[in-house]
Amino acid sequence: MAPVTTATSAAAGELTAELRGFREVQRLAYACAEAVAAQLKPGITERAAARMQREWLRERGVRDWFHLPFAWFGDRTAFVNFRIPLQFFPTNRELEPGMPFILDMAPVHQGYTADIGYSGCLGLNPVHDKLLADLEAHRALILREVRERRPLREIYQDVDRLMVRQGYANRHRAYPFGVIAHKIDRVKQRRWSPTLFGFGAQSLKGLASDALHGHRDGWSPLWSPYTFSDHPPQPGLWAVEPHLGFRGTGAKFEEILVVTDSKDPQESAFWLDDDLPHVRRWQEEKAA
Amino acid sequence: MKTGRGRDAAAGRGKEPGRTQGGAQGRGSGRGPGLEGATERWVHTGGVELCVAELGDPAHPTVVLMHGYPDSKEVWSEVARGLADRFHVVLYDVRGCGRSTAPRPLRGGFTLEKLTDDFLAVADAVSPDRPVHVVGHDWGSVQAWEFATVRRTEGRIASFTSMSGPSLDHFGHWIKKRMVRPTPRRAAQLLNQGAKSWYVYMLHTPVLPELAWKGPLGKRWPGILQRVEKVPAGDYPTASLPTDAAHGAWLYRDNVLARLRRPRADAYAHCPVQLITPTGDAFLSQRLYDDLEQWAPQLVRRTLPAKHWVPRTRPDQLVSWITEFVTAKEEGDPAKQIAARGPYADRFGGQLVLVTGAASGIGRATAFAFAEAGARVIAVDRDADGAARTAELARLVGAPQAWPEVVDVADEAAMEKLADKVDAEYGPVDVLVNNAGIGLSGSFLQTTTDDWKKVLDVNLWGVIHGCRIFGRRMADRGQGGHIVNTASAAAFQPSKMLPAYSTSKAAVLMLSECLRAELAGQGIGVSAICPGLVNTAITGTARFAGVSAEEEKRRQAKAARMYGLRNYPPEKVADAILRAVVRNQAVVPVTPEARGAHLLSRFAPRALRALARIEPRL
Repeated sequence: MAPVTTATSAAAGELTAELRGFREVQRLAYACAEAVAAQLKPGITERAAARMQREWLRERGVRDWFHLPFAWFGDRTAFVNFRIPLQFFPTNRELEPGMPFILDMAPVHQGYTADIGYSGCLGLNPVHDKLLADLEAHRALILREVRERRPLREIYQDVDRLMVRQGYANRHRAYPFGVIAHKIDRVKQRRWSPTLFGFGAQSLKGLASDALHGHRDGWSPLWSPYTFSDHPPQPGLWAVEPHLGFRGTGAKFEEILVVTDSKDPQESAFWLDDDLPHVRRWQEEKAA
Repeated sequence: MKTGRGRDAAAGRGKEPGRTQGGAQGRGSGRGPGLEGATERWVHTGGVELCVAELGDPAHPTVVLMHGYPDSKEVWSEVARGLADRFHVVLYDVRGCGRSTAPRPLRGGFTLEKLTDDFLAVADAVSPDRPVHVVGHDWGSVQAWEFATVRRTEGRIASFTSMSGPSLDHFGHWIKKRMVRPTPRRAAQLLNQGAKSWYVYMLHTPVLPELAWKGPLGKRWPGILQRVEKVPAGDYPTASLPTDAAHGAWLYRDNVLARLRRPRADAYAHCPVQLITPTGDAFLSQRLYDDLEQWAPQLVRRTLPAKHWVPRTRPDQLVSWITEFVTAKEEGDPAKQIAARGPYADRFGGQLVLVTGAASGIGRATAFAFAEAGARVIAVDRDADGAARTAELARLVGAPQAWPEVVDVADEAAMEKLADKVDAEYGPVDVLVNNAGIGLSGSFLQTTTDDWKKVLDVNLWGVIHGCRIFGRRMADRGQGGHIVNTASAAAFQPSKMLPAYSTSKAAVLMLSECLRAELAGQGIGVSAICPGLVNTAITGTARFAGVSAEEEKRRQAKAARMYGLRNYPPEKVADAILRAVVRNQAVVPVTPEARGAHLLSRFAPRALRALARIEPRL
């Protein structure tokens, strides 16, 4: 599990083989999200949507998971009245016209992990569209401040402030440890890949080992609002997932941010892939 | 067809069939009678002549206004005037009332079947090729329920707006259901409505009601209406009241017992129905309409804090709701159907709500909550971007319209200007939320005069200006309204840390209570909301007196963190504000700590005084 400490310019598109591996699986995951989203129709349940994601990815060779696919419909996209983590798991909530939905999955493919979040809505939902459009500012803010090497906790608070200014509630606060991001890494492929509460055992092991090392060196693989995140960005791959909520509608994106120890700000941090559905959507909106 | 022209001479009004004239005679000049500019015509049907008045362009959709008991069509004068520029408004005196003639004999002449004949005759005369929109109040609504549920009017009614008049058939089923299985709740509902219907029993006694109406009751009635029902004085009721009321008694005698005993089983509405329920109706329980969805599938519910005579006391609100409903049905565009779905959409739909301090925190959440209930929202704040953002999002969550206004509430002239602009461009304000406030912490001796001025200017003077300027307009309009002032738990919880802030909020609390007493008679409610620690931006911008700028920043951050850990969302305060308006609550502590402090302030004030000495470490 060698950490990604060197990477060449993303702009030139010359990624190392390792980063290419991560990018491939991230693209696969987004392709899965788009394929499943296209099949969603009224009456389908969260469980069915989660199963569709699982099957789609299994057919394409995914055998292990960072976490099993999630699907949230309606006001569950904003985690309304979530008290215990079990509520994250898919339920029998049925999709209705106009409802927002979020598909969140983290497949491991050929040893590379991705963790993505895809927000959409069935038909027209202006609130959802607005939330999704407003996420763009967060993507830019996070990259800028990571490049400035600001402590992760401060960046978290700045994202929080931007959300409040926009009139939204911070919903990633509902995630375990309130994380806006967490580290992901390569995973050894085993014949047997058990999961624990929806999380892959191998990935959890990696996260725990990172947490242990980080604890000794003063950093954490979890990017949270708490003091254990009061350190500059740690080189590696971070799955960043800002999640906005607004009166029963939620929207997020989740994708990999590459942090390196390069001195050049452009290379010190960059989004692994700029050809993702939400980014394309913003570009199309600007062009229109 | 003119056999029944022998009318009582009491009203003594000469008339010529077919004559066209403006207004009814015999009333004072000045603003003139409400039906000024109306064209009149006479419709002959079933042995009576009906006096029909029309306003507005006949090319527009036709709205027929049905009056109740003991009224004549003039009860609608204000509403008709408001509707006339958008619709072809038709009013007629029900047989035996106003200037229409009475059937002979009276007994058996007022059955719902005959009233339906009258309606069809009028509808055919005023709008032969298009269905009409019916609006009924009291007995007008009782009749109109009959129109809306019998076969022969199918296709003649485009929509029906009902207020204070249930279908007798539905009423009959309602009673039956409660008699057959009288659970305690059902029995209580039955007794409650039974007590409210006292006048129905009186009207069933022979002769006495007629004598009373033609005698002392008829004379005193206008005074009673003003005193008890808060109906404004003016050109209503008309001089024909004694005969209207005497003849109208037959509405009850001819229909009530018969229908309640054997209610029709097929009384399903064949047109969309809007139900407007006045919450203070002394004659009808709100519970009567509990099962109405079963009879009227496309039901839109509205509630109005008012007494029985809403056409007189709340004409503006009725005009707005009727216009919205009729327009939606005329356009038939499902996307434009009444969209708000918040918990209080029936109460706030289409109302104008002004919120100060709406760029963040409680103000912003309140603006959104009202927007979700379908209200039109004005977001007022010093922060232009924040206010604009609030207005933009308010439109997204359901406000038909929302506007940002950049005003400093402490600036009296600016507030006056705002009020003028609001009146001219958006209309009269229905709900005012004085929420803008700033924080100030620090010991009394370290608080400078300047600090005091700043905090009182916004927290107290802002509220005073809001209440004075907008409250005056509300009172002048005389159609009710509500004022909400955001005080604080600090208003009853003393603290050595917050002398200036607590003083300003205590003043707001007392101001609200005094104002509540003053405006109660005019149907304007005043509520003081007292939140405890709520996670908003006020901590980050609060001033800390007597410390360096650096220390102030540190304390702001610390306070913000503390409030963040407490994490009580402003959305819950907003919900409490809407609830306070709906229930007209006087003082509403929000958050457990505020409720606790409120309780202690009454039963154990010494405990609060002990708490006041504690200095939290910031």
